[in-house]
Amino acid sequence: MMLQATNVHKQFDGQDVLKGIDLTVNKGDVVAILGPSGSGKTTFLRCLNFLERADRGELIFDGERFDLHAATRQEIARIRKKTAFVFQNYNLFLNKTVLQNVTLGLTVGNGMKKQQANEIAVRALEKVGMAGKLSSYPSQLSGGQQQRVAIARGLVSNPEIIYFDEPTSALDPELIGEVLSVMRQLAQEGMTMLVVTHEMDFARNVSNKVLFMEGGNVIESGSSKAFFEHPTQERSQEFIRTILEARK
Amino acid sequence: MNERLWNILLDALPKLLRYGVEVTLPLTAISFLLALLIAVIVALIQYAQVKGLKQLCRFYVWIVRGTPLLVQLYLVFYGLPSVGVVIDAFPAAVLVFGFNEGAYMAETMRGALESVSRGQMEAGYCVGMSYLQIMGHVVLPQAFRTAFPALSNSLISMLKGTSMASTITVMEMFRQAQVINGRVYESLGLYGEVALIYLLFCTLLSWFQRLGERRLASYGGAVK
Repeated sequence: MMLQATNVHKQFDGQDVLKGIDLTVNKGDVVAILGPSGSGKTTFLRCLNFLERADRGELIFDGERFDLHAATRQEIARIRKKTAFVFQNYNLFLNKTVLQNVTLGLTVGNGMKKQQANEIAVRALEKVGMAGKLSSYPSQLSGGQQQRVAIARGLVSNPEIIYFDEPTSALDPELIGEVLSVMRQLAQEGMTMLVVTHEMDFARNVSNKVLFMEGGNVIESGSSKAFFEHPTQERSQEFIRTILEARK
Repeated sequence: MNERLWNILLDALPKLLRYGVEVTLPLTAISFLLALLIAVIVALIQYAQVKGLKQLCRFYVWIVRGTPLLVQLYLVFYGLPSVGVVIDAFPAAVLVFGFNEGAYMAETMRGALESVSRGQMEAGYCVGMSYLQIMGHVVLPQAFRTAFPALSNSLISMLKGTSMASTITVMEMFRQAQVINGRVYESLGLYGEVALIYLLFCTLLSWFQRLGERRLASYGGAVK
């Protein structure tokens, strides 16, 4: 077991956004977190990396136990060193080149020598097909290119797990494929991934587990095969049906 | 133009320029650096919501923006000695100009900091940087770029404002013009001449501003 979150609660302005979420992720799992908008899936993901502070909840990460509400700054830094986060809006550092975006966490954050960081970064950028744009600035790239750089930025710290928060939702339709194919490649290499997404094909064919959320609750979770072929809950069935119909 | 006036103006030019270069420009530069330091600190305190200090910063901005620069100069130079605080004219001017423009620039910087997307901070945390590292490498540089035109305005307005130091006996360029005029009574010519020199200085600053903006534009696009 690589990660286990238990009973995660979160309120915004007195509104319950997460009402006790549980999730277990094993090494090599690709978990798709699905659900209609407003179901709390992004908030849940952000709580796991302390971008939001949960009101309650426990996290076991890599054999260590953390309080999602009361974790200390050191504990948070320790978790973040082992994780990477890919944002919906990429959040590349706008004043840095592609190469600098990828090396900054290594050199500044972790005190690595510049030359070594550059080598690692170039390798990661080659992997996502962005090594040809080392000195471009984010504003000179398409959304798909920016997101691939963001993935490379996450890869260089050798994370145990990568969190993806709707990584393709801000992209033009024709750019979604290039990002998904990078993610598929990572999955095939055994990277552990937790992906909030609306991409049903990805959830069905790439992820091996699904967490279906609605209204701050987990409605159904299990293998993605079972979820798509034999959903047990009425809401899941309805959700899958709506998605499939929307595509026709 | 008669020959006498022409000779007076020609005679005054090197003197005025000398005081411009040796006093007005350093006074502006030092005051501006002080103002910039104050502005960044005050803006960061407000941006980071440091309790207690934040109220102090609001208070400072409130006082400084709500009172005239000339009155502040008089208070510090002529007023403070009566409570035992005696500051020489030049440092007094630096302090007043620095703290005065610093208040306006703090507001500029605060707005610029707030215009930097919070996602930049989050991304920095997620790649293992600390708050200060992210501020130093990502957020502040972007904020400076946004603030650059407004800060340049402040610099230009400060350069002209240093002429007010003449009222607290600082022998700077305008004061020198007054002194010369006291001997020869050619107000229109001499004050016109000194105005042209200020115009020249400000024009040079505007060029530098444009140059700086072009350099800062290297990473292109709008700051989100």
